[in-house]
Amino acid sequence: MTFDAVSLVLLTVISAATPLLFAALGELVVEKSGVLNLGVEGMMIVGAVAAFAVASGTGSGSLGVAAGAVAGAALAFIFGVLTLTLAANQVATGLALTIFGLGLSSLIGAGYVGIPVPPLAKLAVPGISDLPLVGPLLFGHDALVYLSIVAVIAVAWFLKKSRAGMILRAVGESDISAHSIGYDVIAVRYRAVLFGGAMAGLGGAFLSLSYTPLWAEGMTAGRGWIALALVVFASWRPWRLLAGAYLFGGVTIAQLYTQSAGGLGIPAQVMSMLPYLATILVLTIIAAGPWKGRLNAPACLGKPFRPST
Amino acid sequence: MSPKAPLFKIEPRREVSRGLLYATPLLAVALTVVAGFFIFLAMGYDPFLALYHFFVSPLLTVYGWSELMVKGAPLIMIGVGLAVGFRANVWNIGAEGQLTMGAVAGGAVALAFWGEETALTLPLMCLAGIAGGMAYAAIPAFLKTRFGVNEILTSLMLTYVATLFLSTLVYGPLKDPLGFNFPQSRMFGDAALLPILAGGTRLHLGTFIALAIAVAGWVLMTFTIVGFQVRVLGQAPQAARFAGFSGPRLVWLVLLLSGGLAGLAGLFEVAGPIGQLVPQISPGYGFTAIIVAFLGRLHPLGIILSGLLMALSYIGGETAQVEVGLPQAVTGVFQGLLLFFLLASDFLVRYRLRLRGAVAVQPQAAE
Repeated sequence: MTFDAVSLVLLTVISAATPLLFAALGELVVEKSGVLNLGVEGMMIVGAVAAFAVASGTGSGSLGVAAGAVAGAALAFIFGVLTLTLAANQVATGLALTIFGLGLSSLIGAGYVGIPVPPLAKLAVPGISDLPLVGPLLFGHDALVYLSIVAVIAVAWFLKKSRAGMILRAVGESDISAHSIGYDVIAVRYRAVLFGGAMAGLGGAFLSLSYTPLWAEGMTAGRGWIALALVVFASWRPWRLLAGAYLFGGVTIAQLYTQSAGGLGIPAQVMSMLPYLATILVLTIIAAGPWKGRLNAPACLGKPFRPST
Repeated sequence: MSPKAPLFKIEPRREVSRGLLYATPLLAVALTVVAGFFIFLAMGYDPFLALYHFFVSPLLTVYGWSELMVKGAPLIMIGVGLAVGFRANVWNIGAEGQLTMGAVAGGAVALAFWGEETALTLPLMCLAGIAGGMAYAAIPAFLKTRFGVNEILTSLMLTYVATLFLSTLVYGPLKDPLGFNFPQSRMFGDAALLPILAGGTRLHLGTFIALAIAVAGWVLMTFTIVGFQVRVLGQAPQAARFAGFSGPRLVWLVLLLSGGLAGLAGLFEVAGPIGQLVPQISPGYGFTAIIVAFLGRLHPLGIILSGLLMALSYIGGETAQVEVGLPQAVTGVFQGLLLFFLLASDFLVRYRLRLRGAVAVQPQAAE
């Protein structure tokens, strides 16, 4: 394979991985605070449709991206009110968020099927961007791709080094202790949930504005759920999440290339099953393996908390 | 008391309120209708007309009621199975996939006997449908009990796989040889179709079996030791272990039960209203049944009512689309809203709001 072909494949892997990375990174922070939000798929697709609608309405990709983040956070706010303020079951509320988000997105998106959107701004550096292999690989992506990498660094630093990050982890590990030494558990969790929603919205915005710059009903196609699985795969560690997202981006692209190369005589639908089967396989390996990654799960994950004041 | 104190004081109830437990689903429905009013208004439709076509006009004809039963049947069957699992804290959310695999297995039997059906074909199809759904639910059951893999994610991922599998079959080996290359199987023979119970409607035998299953589910949960074990496992897993109930055995049981019922529901769809294998068998019954289970308070008899109500949301969505041009997607929005309102109103079941300054009714509650 030539340099060009290699870099083309790697480029598509990057763009397939980026939405997963955004959504999973947001969910990682949410889960670290002790909250399980299963509504990632719903927040992601509402982010996708909001971004698409605003970008095609205003002609500005950046405004579209912002709208995606806001829409994801708005849905996350509903989740927060139900699970944090009203102490509702997190699993059921997350499912409701996904059902609602899928419905709402196709309602909003009905008028946008088959319409083009303005392309997102690319980061191009004269001279370097033209270098073979390295140039297109490191430069010339959408700004969102860089943002996703920066977000990994920022979240890793935040959780490990910052005071607020340590409080967030304390809230996720033992809500009662954190509460009794004076931290506002609910407020910390609200912030985490809103961040998670905005990140899922960004992932959706990348899907509808860059990955396939079109709106199609149900276009997230389970990526929100794969993002949830990635958090488990990464055993709640941001750097492993980065590796996991790129691994899954690779699986998605490998399957697409095999299909376009004639599929080795395998029906296209069977190839399309691969990302989902890979998710199940990876979850099983993580659960069955000797490394006990599951022990890293936040102790209060999914348990409702109400301060007894 | 400082002026900044909140207007309400929130206290946990010592016991859940029975009355509110059954009243809150009605409250949630009422709030959904109110929200629908404003959604229609915002979308530029006459809200009264839209609500009328959504919730009332489907109920004005006999055909409308029969359709309510036809669409309610799969929701009730799947909802009953899921509710047993949810009570045990087992979250099978892949019923849509199990439904698909049941339809595939049962449909394959119908096609294998095509042209030479006997009286045994239909019963055999039903058994194959149940087996298909069960086998598919066995995958998350095995992964959960053997390796501790979360059943939520595995059962959901398998739903995507099932849809693709069905698509492989109807575009490939099971495609109707005389079907002008459309992605669908042959129409099943008459003996492989569920008998229609009332002329001029699509009311089939399966709708009554669905009701019987709900009653059987009620008997199972209320009067049998298995039902008791399921409830203990969900409410007090440690007590269940202490009492010697086998957790893994119950996980297997509830997943096979819910998978089998979803599979049978899928078979009833292809052997009933559809009559052949097509790329999409259900408009999301497997997911809507989750809402049905909660709205029916995980109680089989409540699920009959909530199943019929959610069936109305499908039929109302279609009617409103035809009559006032409302997009079909409104149905999904309504279903999500309904579950939101239900979960929010649950708060009233578990907590008491007391006006500031009001005297506590039970002084000992403030110990």
